Amino acid sequence: MNELPQQLANGLILGAMYGLIAIGYTMVYGIVQLINFAHGEIFMVGGFGALTVYLWMPDGFALGAAVPLMILGGVIVSVAVATAAERFAYRPLRGAPRLAPLITAIGLSIVLQQVVWMWYPDAKKDHPFPQFEGGPIDVFGASIQRGDLFVLIAAPLCMFALGLFVTKTRSGRGMQATAQDPDTAKLMGINTDRIIVMAFAIGAAFAAIAAVAYGLKNGQVGFRMGFLMGLKAFTAAVLGGIGNIYGAMLGGIVLGVAESLATGYIGDIPGMDLFGGGAWKDVWAFSLLILVLLFRPQGLLGERVADRA
Amino acid sequence: MTALLEVEDLRVAYGKIEAVKGISFKVEAGEVVTLIGTNGAGKTTTLRTLSGLLQPLGGQIKFDGKSLRKIPAHKIVSLGLAHSPEGRHIFPRMTIEDNLRLGAYLRTDKEGIEKDIQRAYDLFPILGERRKQAAGTLSGGEQQMLAMGRALMSQPKLLMLDEPSMGLSPIMMQKIMATIQELKAQGTTILLIEQNAQAALSLADHGHVMEVGKIVLSGTGQDLLHDESVRKAYLGED
Repeated sequence: MNELPQQLANGLILGAMYGLIAIGYTMVYGIVQLINFAHGEIFMVGGFGALTVYLWMPDGFALGAAVPLMILGGVIVSVAVATAAERFAYRPLRGAPRLAPLITAIGLSIVLQQVVWMWYPDAKKDHPFPQFEGGPIDVFGASIQRGDLFVLIAAPLCMFALGLFVTKTRSGRGMQATAQDPDTAKLMGINTDRIIVMAFAIGAAFAAIAAVAYGLKNGQVGFRMGFLMGLKAFTAAVLGGIGNIYGAMLGGIVLGVAESLATGYIGDIPGMDLFGGGAWKDVWAFSLLILVLLFRPQGLLGERVADRA
Repeated sequence: MTALLEVEDLRVAYGKIEAVKGISFKVEAGEVVTLIGTNGAGKTTTLRTLSGLLQPLGGQIKFDGKSLRKIPAHKIVSLGLAHSPEGRHIFPRMTIEDNLRLGAYLRTDKEGIEKDIQRAYDLFPILGERRKQAAGTLSGGEQQMLAMGRALMSQPKLLMLDEPSMGLSPIMMQKIMATIQELKAQGTTILLIEQNAQAALSLADHGHVMEVGKIVLSGTGQDLLHDESVRKAYLGED
């Protein structure tokens, strides 16, 4: 088997997932300067929402036909949880010192994990997620599982739609304005509260789509899946330049590919054989973050903070 | 016939510090009213309260017959009150045209919006030449033009301008003042805050001098321009 195309494909699949989740971090940060550490759990509940819809389906329902409904279910659950969190946990703290909402976010993340753990039937162990049947498909020398094709199609579609929304619609322009100068946005007649809810909702919807991709790829979902994925996606958002939606996707892909290449090749470097294999992949991912923060703190596509007068 | 804007005994505080301590004034339709005074006199605080960004501690604000208290900032512009803020506050990473469009955020008459964008370009030709450029790349004076053009896009009954000449070169300052004169001639009602008291009073119908949160002197623009104490304090004469 040809190794490099395979490693790149694996990285791309992983990275597209990181990128989809990273959008939620970056949009919320761009507008309210809050790092929503509960976003990993918003992703996780989306996975359970999608799974629940699947379990409701009658036997023999084709998975291909079920996927759109599963996405819908996941999106509804994630958006509901995220907008409720905004309304009842974050909005009352607007204007408070930044540490307060940050700690609230961490608390909320624990609460959401525990709620799923306690009340989702049998959630103490991982739940199997439906899988597409059939063998892998060969693309440019890489063999790609059918389930993984989902994120490779969904991520570019989502980015394209989001780009159009932000630049071409009135609400999208209102969102840009709110991110750049919230008080002046109000003077234009923009209901900034509604824009903030919209940012949370879009981020949550993308996270739910990523959760479906995660389930299809890994064959299971569990209440803990949001932690590491959330942390990686946050890394991706910072890597790409937090506040920049294209940066979030780029950061995700760079992170995914770097992780995959490091896993595949670092062990081959003479003297580095100890560090080969998948066990070290998180180390490489976070090392990359540290390097970027050292040499380009604003991220790959980020603007210098100074121009935010 | 009541005035377009009636402010009565308005008080505003930041925490425990009262920045505006009970001021009253009126703006009649079609006139230019100016508030002058030193930094910290409470002029900007007054405007920010009128447009809903700050909540008053007490007093009445009546605009076009309606009380503005309890109306959130984002709804005030639809009543016909536009605010071009101190420091211009254009949206730096959006194009000039998008900035103007944001000024018309609540309007739904597409044709009217296009027509008014054109009008802004007629008023400020430089904006038209650079319509696709990011607004942050404009010079200070050009940004001021954009901020004024953007405020006009909501078709306001009252245009509030906060320090439009701040930080501008003398030539640019003259240009901005000439534009305000032009808007006045077109019948626009304007509430103007200026540090350049000479220029502001020369074109204002009425003026009020503010000192530490209070109006200490009121009169027609011409009266104030020739008032001894005003000349000493604000026009740099001894």
